Amino acid sequence: MTVRSAIGVPVLEVEDVFLAFGGVVALQGVSFDVREHEIRAIIGPNGAGKSSMLNVINGVYHPQRGTVAFKGRKRRKVDPYEAAAQGIARTFQNIALFRGMSVLDNLMTGRYLKMKCNFLEQALYLGPARREELEHREKVEAVIDFLEIQHVRKTPVGRLPYGLQKRVELGRALAAEPELLLLDEPMAGMNLEEKQDMSRFILDVNDQMGATVVLIEHDMSVVMDLSDRVVVLDYGSKIADGTPEEVRENKAVIDAYLGVAH
Amino acid sequence: MQFFFEVLIGGLLAGVMYSLVALGFVLIYKASGVFNFAQGAMVYFAALTTVGFMSKGAPFWLAAALALAAMVALAFLTERVVLRPLVNQPQITLFMATIGLTFFIEGVAQLTWGAQVYALDLGVTDEPIGWLMDRSGMNISRFDLVASGIAAALVAVLALFFNKTRTGRALRAVADDHQAALAVGISLQKIWVIVWTTAGFVALVTGLLWGARNGVQFALTFLALKALPVLVLGGFDSIAGAIVGGLIVGASEKLAEVYIGPYVGGGIESWFPYVLALGFLLVRPEGLFGERRIDRV
Repeated sequence: MTVRSAIGVPVLEVEDVFLAFGGVVALQGVSFDVREHEIRAIIGPNGAGKSSMLNVINGVYHPQRGTVAFKGRKRRKVDPYEAAAQGIARTFQNIALFRGMSVLDNLMTGRYLKMKCNFLEQALYLGPARREELEHREKVEAVIDFLEIQHVRKTPVGRLPYGLQKRVELGRALAAEPELLLLDEPMAGMNLEEKQDMSRFILDVNDQMGATVVLIEHDMSVVMDLSDRVVVLDYGSKIADGTPEEVRENKAVIDAYLGVAH
Repeated sequence: MQFFFEVLIGGLLAGVMYSLVALGFVLIYKASGVFNFAQGAMVYFAALTTVGFMSKGAPFWLAAALALAAMVALAFLTERVVLRPLVNQPQITLFMATIGLTFFIEGVAQLTWGAQVYALDLGVTDEPIGWLMDRSGMNISRFDLVASGIAAALVAVLALFFNKTRTGRALRAVADDHQAALAVGISLQKIWVIVWTTAGFVALVTGLLWGARNGVQFALTFLALKALPVLVLGGFDSIAGAIVGGLIVGASEKLAEVYIGPYVGGGIESWFPYVLALGFLLVRPEGLFGERRIDRV
């Protein structure tokens, strides 16, 4: 087991991002950064713009204003598959797995960008294509071991219980060996035991694989335990940013969560 | 009994040809969730382009290669003009778009090469195999046998491709969930071009085999209708289903014609598969190999 990688320089810089759908403003001028190897949480009440923020980072939404810089490369418009190619992997709030495919195939799909054989080699299933399959299969098996899902390796994902599906989705993201991992409510709808398992996996991913993690989570105790720094959004604006302790004491945050008397 | 086997084998071999048509549908349905109504038109277009070039004096292999190039061009064009603007639209919209595409392809084919019937000779005669005839007295066509061999090889390659390769998995991934496919780095546009190209290739093989048997003519477009019962029986998203469905349709229509036909005045071959499919829908709507969807309420 390796020692936890030290938190380094910012790898992701979100600057003044403004996003609106017609007249509905989802994000109004949000800025924050994410440092290498840290676990960064985004929290906020329902509809605060957390998922929108994640979607901007991996290119599902294109903000009207502002930039996102990943590893120093600034961009305003990027497509999700380009973001993936830069080393950003993610999971979704409402699990987005390939339901008809087995766990193994789902994870292998996660390695899509790492595989290099061309179309013709694959179509004919030539030597290089076969060797490549085996090579990547090994990496995927390592992820399967890591997430303790060996027993469902060949099961179609659609048949798995919810908690396991969440885990498989994390596995698919990990299979891509991402530098930045975006997790949209990885523990939503889980029971206590499942939450503890998932927390452990996230910490291990961060520790052992050195991945930088940005996660959205509602469960405060989880956020406080896991994250190094927290961004708080409310009505599309950033209202606080700091360590879990700082955020917990913040007046604006308490108001946003508990409501203020008018 | 010997007569029964003769009919059965003849039916199975004809069934392989149906499978081939159904395969084109399955490919596109698997990868983009679209029922491609234009598959029949693509079969016609591919075959007509081949014989068209041949009538201009090109040798068969060159003509077939040129037709394949035309199918690749068609795939790029379809992705750019039809699929890309309609991304995230409901399935029915895409289905309607493929109906439009059907008329477009048919129109282009006939404008370019004319509407007359061309004969196509692949060098394999549609005659009974001599030694089999002598040994067992069964009448099995050499052409049918060769066509089945080609179809079987094509299917084997495709099945391997879909299950064992990166692109094959990406195709299935796109069919399953666009959003997730994008997030793991799969470009939808690229996948669509690949899948339509593959379907175009299958259409070309289908068109050449059917064209050699019945002549290259407009009636080839109606093959699409023959594929429907095959798809209902086998399931819309299963390559294995297309094969088995085709075999069942081929065998059952020939057997029904011979054994049930006389009691109702004959000519039931043309509609028996549809009735069979209808009955099947009641029992197993997802088909033999189709993916059973269980929805949580």
